[in-house]
Amino acid sequence: MRELRNGAARLLVVDDNKVNRLLLTRSLELQGHSTASAENGRIALEMLRGESFDLVLLDMEMPEMDGFQVLEQLVNDRRLRDLPVIVTSSLEGIANVVRCIELGAEDYLTKPVNPVLLKARIGASLEKKRLRDQQKELMRRFATPEVAQDLQDSGFSLGGKLVRASVMFSDIRGFSSIAESQSPEETIELLNTYYALMFDAISGHGGVVTLMMADGLMSVFGAPVPLADHCESAVRAAQEMIALVELFNVERQHAVKPLIRIGVGIASGEMVAGYTGTNERATYTCIGDIVNIASRLETHTKVAQRPILIDEVTRAALGAQFAVEPLGPVPIKGKAAAVDVFSVDPRKDR
Amino acid sequence: MTTPTIDRATFDALRETTGAEFALELVDTFLEEAPSMLDDLRHALAANDADKFRRAAHSLKSNCNTFGALTMGAMARELELTHVSKAMEGGAQKLAALSDEYARVADALTDLRHA
Repeated sequence: MRELRNGAARLLVVDDNKVNRLLLTRSLELQGHSTASAENGRIALEMLRGESFDLVLLDMEMPEMDGFQVLEQLVNDRRLRDLPVIVTSSLEGIANVVRCIELGAEDYLTKPVNPVLLKARIGASLEKKRLRDQQKELMRRFATPEVAQDLQDSGFSLGGKLVRASVMFSDIRGFSSIAESQSPEETIELLNTYYALMFDAISGHGGVVTLMMADGLMSVFGAPVPLADHCESAVRAAQEMIALVELFNVERQHAVKPLIRIGVGIASGEMVAGYTGTNERATYTCIGDIVNIASRLETHTKVAQRPILIDEVTRAALGAQFAVEPLGPVPIKGKAAAVDVFSVDPRKDR
Repeated sequence: MTTPTIDRATFDALRETTGAEFALELVDTFLEEAPSMLDDLRHALAANDADKFRRAAHSLKSNCNTFGALTMGAMARELELTHVSKAMEGGAQKLAALSDEYARVADALTDLRHA
């Protein structure tokens, strides 16, 4: 991604007419931008795919490949579809202008192009692009690739939809006493390694981490992308998390550091998944009874002295290769009826 | 006298926004390119090539308007909007008229170079 320092950008001028090309290039350079030019659509696309540009000024009437064809190709190119295009043409007929806009052109300027108008439109387009780039960058950093893709494909809107999925809560047992026994730097380092391992296990089985709170993680399997065997995927992820923590402990033992243990709770069923928050700040999450149960199951691992606890719905979906032990009904805060709890052997298969 | 060959306000604005030196280079470029665009028009008319005809007329129109050659620009626009098959009748006269107007534009632009 290019930095737009002082508003200066790299622009591509596409026009088959030499006078028009020179004139536009001159206007843009006087505005402080750097430019390149192409004399038809085919050459323009080659340049756009080979180099990085911030904006394209596109003529419509051109031999070989005209502007409409270029717009069509850009829309269908994942990498180039967000590139702003300002059409500069003296096309006759409002229908042609409408067609440009419908094909995704950001703006339309009639030739001969008024330099003041050109400057204003380019400024506005670049500012919009800058915001879009910033947003994408933020999304890349703070959202999972699945959520980022979902946002890019279907757009952002608050509100959710009903999905069938599995929710997993996990945390480190006795984390606060570990944190108290060592320096803050060591704690951050421990958390970073721990996160790296857990994220790997979770996303490796199709899960998405939706919440991180100190040592606690909430993940969902089956949203935003549906997952046919979400129960089994979640349980397998939990088993892998336990196995990775055991490997991690071997290392910690050598370094004479306190060992860590984790607890995992999984519950499955229907829940509402979507974006919650405000239009300014929102997060992808799941809401519902199931989420509450998963959280309580995770807390209950301390009482039950078992690392992985699941609910009845999750258990019913598991194949015979899992070693499952019924622990009977357990009263759960916020639920009138007790919930049947099962423990899953952390070792992979029976 | 009707519309002047070159609209001075348009030409002066061009010179002011792009710089006098650049405006002169641009005039030279146009004087180099225009004859071949007129040739394209003639060939397209002879070959009944609608796309090429429309494109050449379109380019001429656009350039004429850049320099303030409004009369020639309007003539080119008329050709752009006429399908080549319909331009056949009287097309040759229209092209001849366009060439004559171009000769006046070229003279006027050459004068402006020294103004």
